[in-house]
Amino acid sequence: MNPQAIIDGLIAGSTIGLGAIGLTLTYSILRFANFTHGDFLAWGAYLTLTVAGVLGGLAAGLGAPVYPFSFGWGLPLAMLGGVALTVALTLGLDRVLFGKLRARGADAIIIVMASFGASMALRSLLEFIFTAKPVYFTKALQIAKPLGLGMRATPDQLLVIGLTALLVLALHLLVTYSATGRAMRAVSEDPGLAGVYGIDVAKVVRVTWIIGAGMACIAGVMAGLLVQIRPYMGFDLLLPLFSAAILGGIGSIPGAMLGGLIIGLSEAFAVQIIGAEWRAAISFVILVIVLMLRPQGLFGQKEA
Amino acid sequence: MEILAYAAFFLTIALTYAIICLGLNVQWGQTGLFNVGIAGFVGLGAYVSAALTTPDAVERIGGFDLPIVLGWLAAMVAGGVLALAVGLLTLRMRSDYLAITTFGIAVALQLVFQNTESLTGGAFGMAFIPRPFSGLQSEPFAFNVLNLALTALVVLVLYFLLEHLLRSPWGRALRAVREDEVAAQALGKNPILLRIQAFALGGAIMALAGAVQAHFIGFIAPGNYLPMMTFQVWAMLIVGGSGNNRGAILGAVLVWAIWALSGALISEIFPADQQARAASLQIVIIGVMLCAILLWRPQGILPEVRSVSRHLGLRNKDN
Repeated sequence: MNPQAIIDGLIAGSTIGLGAIGLTLTYSILRFANFTHGDFLAWGAYLTLTVAGVLGGLAAGLGAPVYPFSFGWGLPLAMLGGVALTVALTLGLDRVLFGKLRARGADAIIIVMASFGASMALRSLLEFIFTAKPVYFTKALQIAKPLGLGMRATPDQLLVIGLTALLVLALHLLVTYSATGRAMRAVSEDPGLAGVYGIDVAKVVRVTWIIGAGMACIAGVMAGLLVQIRPYMGFDLLLPLFSAAILGGIGSIPGAMLGGLIIGLSEAFAVQIIGAEWRAAISFVILVIVLMLRPQGLFGQKEA
Repeated sequence: MEILAYAAFFLTIALTYAIICLGLNVQWGQTGLFNVGIAGFVGLGAYVSAALTTPDAVERIGGFDLPIVLGWLAAMVAGGVLALAVGLLTLRMRSDYLAITTFGIAVALQLVFQNTESLTGGAFGMAFIPRPFSGLQSEPFAFNVLNLALTALVVLVLYFLLEHLLRSPWGRALRAVREDEVAAQALGKNPILLRIQAFALGGAIMALAGAVQAHFIGFIAPGNYLPMMTFQVWAMLIVGGSGNNRGAILGAVLVWAIWALSGALISEIFPADQQARAASLQIVIIGVMLCAILLWRPQGILPEVRSVSRHLGLRNKDN
């Protein structure tokens, strides 16, 4: 067993976990399994790439790599722009599609279906605009530095793991202790009752999309930075995202992150043991095991 | 003559999609079960039937040279059993768990098609699948028309069978579960059992469609069974009218026509190097269409016909 699988798993798990956070929040607060969520990751990456291109045109120095990383100040700046645009995309989609269906009182499963249609449309739109050819944030090559115990990682990879930990901690504190967080939990328990108590449900819905889209964009940029940017990158992550959210327990942010890490690590070990061609099946196997043994997930409550 | 042969070919393919739509209509239209893994069930049927009916091949296991009809039946059994297993696993839980699990099934089956070369031929797929009326292959018109007739016959038989089934007490119980699970339960119906039965029946029909399609074309590869197919079939049923078997058939032919025409249009308008890119616009159109129909005409072109017991109708006339 090569210990490098631990690092590979943690890195993949960071992306999956961040993506799963948005999925688990929309699932528990808006009450539908959002098949579009994977494509938010891809859109986040492409939007950030576009902003980075514009910024690079304005000030060429932004692209110069900052030691020890492979990218310059332009990328974090562009990511802020990418996050804002991804948030705008999800809020727009909620306004024209999901919100309309919710307002009509449509069954949750109709909204799931709409998200499935929107997912196909959004992904193909990316393919139309940017073509299917993979693109990269940076062409710089990085040498993986030894960490001890036979593990290696590049500075970019370590940054991704650290940033993920910070984001998850901040989000967890926000949802646990702030008034907005309490309102979110109240809406996820019972939207009608929360409204009666004077909670601004529309605002909670907006905050949910903002957090979900923000995390999705960052996860997409991370995946784009460490691997590559493709129109299908988000769709290919959809099953791992769902598995992580269900494994962690729907509605739980630490659960989604832990679920993501478990899936990332299992995939990395499976690649070494069974072979890379079966990687995509791992999240399915984990999903089936969770549904059989503990359908409420690690941190979830049993459905009443 | 050539155009007629093509029309027959086109309609045959459209009708194989109509079979899938009829299967989906049992699951979604009648019972409200959201299956996102249609392509997996169709592919399973195609591969099972192909493995049983192809002539013996050195490079892979299988190739039993059995008659086509046996392949069709085996495909139905395989699709039904897979749907049964998925149903047992997820139908006790919230409806979206089924959606997620079926999505996973399609991904996992796609990997099996790709990676188990000794069974499925891997990425190259399986060829020499026996075609019905293969003796007439040198005459495209007769060959296509006879195949069209055969596929239409399958659609018709399924249509009458399903119509009968859905007007039966069993069909009414399915719709009762869909509309109001608690009320149905209070009347002594077992919602979980009914859902599992409907899901298995739908899965078997989808797999049959896969087998019919595979035998008509004579060749299958993993690339035929991508999420794209699931998406097309959904668009077909929603456009045609979910809950209505005629709507399912109409939607299949209509959406397949839109698909083929827009494909032809794109290859006319765009230069060769841009065509792959432009083809993604086709998918955008279908995706937007699906969302628009869900928003503005959720009942589709042919809405569901309310059917109650025949005897109830007679009594009303007496009044």
